[in-house]
Amino acid sequence: MNYLNETIDSLNDKLKKGELDAKQLAKDTAENIKKTDEKINAFITVDEDAKVAEDLNFDNKLAGVPIAIKDNIITEGLKTTAASHILYNFEPVYESTVVAKLKAAQATIIGKTNMDEFAMGSSTETSYFGDTKNPWNLNKVPGGSSGGSAAAVASGEVVAALGSDTGGSIRQPASFNGIFGIKPTYGRVSRWGLIAFASSLDQIGVMSKRVKDSAEVLNVIAGADDRDATVSEKEVPDYTAFLGKDVKGLRVAVPKEYMSDAVEAGVKKAVQAKIDLLKENGAIINEVSLPHTKYVVPTYYIIASSEASANLERYDGIRYGFRAEDAKNLEEVFVKSRSEGFGDEVKRRIMLGSFALSAGAYDKFFLQAAKVRTLICQDFAKVFEDNDVIVGPVSTETAFDLNSEISDPIKMYNNDILTISANMAGIPAASVPAGLSETTGMPVGFQIMGNRFDEGHVFQVADFIERSNKFYEQKPAGLED
Amino acid sequence: MEKVTNDTIKHVAKLAKLEFSDEELTKFTPQMGKILEMAEELQAVNTDGVEETVQVVDRDTVFRDDVPEKWQTRDEMMKNVPDKSNGFVKVPVIIDKDDDQ
Amino acid sequence: MNFKSTIGLEVHFELKTKSKIFSPSPVTYGAKPNTETNVIDWGYPGTLPMVNKEVYRLGLMVALATHSHVNPVTHFDRKNYFYPDNPKAYQITQFFKPLAENGYVEVEVHGQKKKIHIHEMHIEEDAGKNTHGTNGFSYVDYNRQGVPLLEVVSEPEMTDPDEAVAYLEKLREIVQFTGASDVKMEEGSMRIDTNISIRPAGQKEFGTKVEMKNLNSFEHVRLSLAYEQKRQEQILLSGGRVQISTRRFDTNTGKTVLERVKEGDADYRYFPEPDLAPYHIKKEWVDEIAANLPKTADERRDIYVNEYGLKPYDANVLLQSKESSDFFDKAVAAGADPKQAANWMNTQVNGYLNENHAELKDIALTPENLAAMIKLISDGTISSKIAKKVFAETVANGTDPKKYVEENGMAQLSDESVLTPMVKEVVDNNPQSVEDFKNGKDRAIGFLVGQIMKQTRGKANPKVINKLLLADLNAR
Ligand SMILES: [Mg+2]
Ligand SMILES: [Zn+2]
Repeated sequence: MNYLNETIDSLNDKLKKGELDAKQLAKDTAENIKKTDEKINAFITVDEDAKVAEDLNFDNKLAGVPIAIKDNIITEGLKTTAASHILYNFEPVYESTVVAKLKAAQATIIGKTNMDEFAMGSSTETSYFGDTKNPWNLNKVPGGSSGGSAAAVASGEVVAALGSDTGGSIRQPASFNGIFGIKPTYGRVSRWGLIAFASSLDQIGVMSKRVKDSAEVLNVIAGADDRDATVSEKEVPDYTAFLGKDVKGLRVAVPKEYMSDAVEAGVKKAVQAKIDLLKENGAIINEVSLPHTKYVVPTYYIIASSEASANLERYDGIRYGFRAEDAKNLEEVFVKSRSEGFGDEVKRRIMLGSFALSAGAYDKFFLQAAKVRTLICQDFAKVFEDNDVIVGPVSTETAFDLNSEISDPIKMYNNDILTISANMAGIPAASVPAGLSETTGMPVGFQIMGNRFDEGHVFQVADFIERSNKFYEQKPAGLED
Repeated sequence: MEKVTNDTIKHVAKLAKLEFSDEELTKFTPQMGKILEMAEELQAVNTDGVEETVQVVDRDTVFRDDVPEKWQTRDEMMKNVPDKSNGFVKVPVIIDKDDDQ
Repeated sequence: MNFKSTIGLEVHFELKTKSKIFSPSPVTYGAKPNTETNVIDWGYPGTLPMVNKEVYRLGLMVALATHSHVNPVTHFDRKNYFYPDNPKAYQITQFFKPLAENGYVEVEVHGQKKKIHIHEMHIEEDAGKNTHGTNGFSYVDYNRQGVPLLEVVSEPEMTDPDEAVAYLEKLREIVQFTGASDVKMEEGSMRIDTNISIRPAGQKEFGTKVEMKNLNSFEHVRLSLAYEQKRQEQILLSGGRVQISTRRFDTNTGKTVLERVKEGDADYRYFPEPDLAPYHIKKEWVDEIAANLPKTADERRDIYVNEYGLKPYDANVLLQSKESSDFFDKAVAAGADPKQAANWMNTQVNGYLNENHAELKDIALTPENLAAMIKLISDGTISSKIAKKVFAETVANGTDPKKYVEENGMAQLSDESVLTPMVKEVVDNNPQSVEDFKNGKDRAIGFLVGQIMKQTRGKANPKVINKLLLADLNAR
């Protein structure tokens, strides 16, 4: 079963009518994943015996629909690795809230997708389980860290997948793969069961070809949870209710820092075309400034790495995961297990974070970054006083070549400059396909950011753009034989 | 700022329980230097009187009621333990604690 | 040369909750290893902490009882260090915004009253426990991981070991009477770390600090501090320098032994815990807790001595634990005469507890039953001799004393209309005794009482018989 021409609604319809059988669907889906993955390696684990809920109730849109889960989200009974050697054999004995909610909605959990190790990276090249390839061009990266989820959706392996986004990890791969991806407001979705990278920035979100599919999945996974003390108790609206609307009178901010010359020409052109489209359809376009944009990359890397350095201390070879075999004493259990268990990028961030928190560096690095974060938040608050959404590119470029940036961390980090701010401010942000770049022929993502808990406006604009260009009708070229 | 040296890296590595070979250090130390140079740019921002933001949560922490619940059995908890014995987690002998609690 | 000592104390109290501070695992003592744990306690990937409200409430009780300033905004922080019993490799504690600051307790030492100030107190999670094997391995049990702790940090302002012990005794008493902790050193629910430095009198800067961790008793605190004072003095007098170090008290030799020289301050890389939002402590909640704070030991002592007329010694015996004081208060509330109740508590009840190595909460005796028994004595229903039998029964089996006395016909015969004819008959039958009495031989009374006791099989109330006998004899 391939999903390139399906939506959750179409599947729901076929299942309801008996044209599809949920158990057979799960088998066919797994089979197709195995076949497609020979080319793209989007999955770490495929569950060939995926459990299908009994007594399917097709009022649940997701009943019997196979969904893929990024491998940093805990799935009880299904190996969860965060794409790291240090968790290569980890068998969870509890369930994450999002997966519990999906199961309650009778979705089928079909497997676990590849990613950058512990979600640290922008290319899915730091995975212990090998690269994932971009379905549009197998020589290019799928982006990251949710590169596996993005490639799985773009190639039709699944109709929708969960990802996580700490600094752009849903939006950038969505952009690189020509699909939709949304990072909700911080606190909109429970983090219980999300293997932490940076706790104050991490947020689980959804990736799908079609905007409505993500709205339907978000309807299921969002909301209060008594296992996460940072999740909001605000009521969850029906996100599909924001679809099918026009944009007349909508106040759209375009930060001048987001349309600078640093943005590659093909990307800029595709994004500008969508801004023009919004304007032609009655939206009010306001050029604004987010003056601290040039500081977001260092601010992010200090904060995220500091939190990560502590979050990843628990991987010490004692209670679970990889323990170095030749460790002769306790210190060696710690040091060898960690040094052999973590990849280079993870070690770089642990080192940066440990340094930023260490005696003598805390005020200068961690505290200063936390203060600059306040200024970044204030930039956004000011813009949202007069605007409903902020738009621009997701990434300064389209999917780059495999192995082209992995050795230059600074270059890789600077890629995230347009996505990081939404995590710093905790606001919802999405990527919707703007078209193919005239210069590279690869998909370009159009970013839409909303005010806190205003996913509604983000969905509204994304859906409007999807209807205007029907990008979903284009098939990824890399999979053609 | 002071240049990042192999010694700085070794000190931080000790805190983080990581080790790097000399070969790794020759690659790693200049990378860390560049990253910290980038981080250094933040010193240019005037943050006088600015409060830090460490979270973007929309409410106070919520409390749990003091009701005991059993979630996992010992067998479940032991499932992933690399080395165990009689219901204990087994580790090479602990010589010195670098700490108080 | 004269030296001045500076002593600071850090005391950890386990707070008395049913579940852990950040997870719902039960808090128990002495369970099988790793049976009272869950994925949060083990720091499993993806788990998050959720604060137990009761931990804040108990902590606030102690803060209020020590006159501390409750911080309006509190926040948890992470303290990072690797150790097998510390599963996340960070302890969630409060470093930047603790629960309360600037408190004090009032102690009396060397006949002088003195305030010892509390720098701050914070709540945090306990670690697991390691057992060291002899085979080159250690064994870790996470049952204690996540048990709530309140750490009370004094100002370094105690100047001798007696003051330190007086502070500890007072602090323990205060915490115990809030009910926030069991304060049992032998079970680890109260743990003491000390630090001491000395400097020549007149010198402004503090001397070099030496720390001692996990002292097992107040007496060990006293002895180890006294030993350190002397040891450090001798080093300074001989021109040496004290090392920054952690030392251990050797109970066999009475000396302190070097454990570890510190290379400088440990680098714990504290930073705010991102998984828990700040908590604003509302004034109404603090006021409510303050209004419901149990009476302190001092308040109770005042009532016992000045209202009930107990001897200060007896009052202090009752106040050795909150349990016994509460038990006594309940017995009094149930109608027992306070002096009698104190007497029974401090002799018979304590004797029974010692004999059976039991605690009040473990035995069948209830304050209501004790009060009922004391009432039976005061109103003359039973003699003090019978009372011992009744006590033995009710303390062992929780039997209702009144019912027990009734069912076993143990009530004394105090009815004068029944006893008067009997007295008359006995006196009539023993003219010799009447004569002896008239001649001033008091023993005669004893003989006559014995005769009546024989007839009533010991149930006659001796007081009533005595009274009736005297009246009868004097009338002859
Ligand atoms: Mg301490
Ligand atoms: Zn402590």
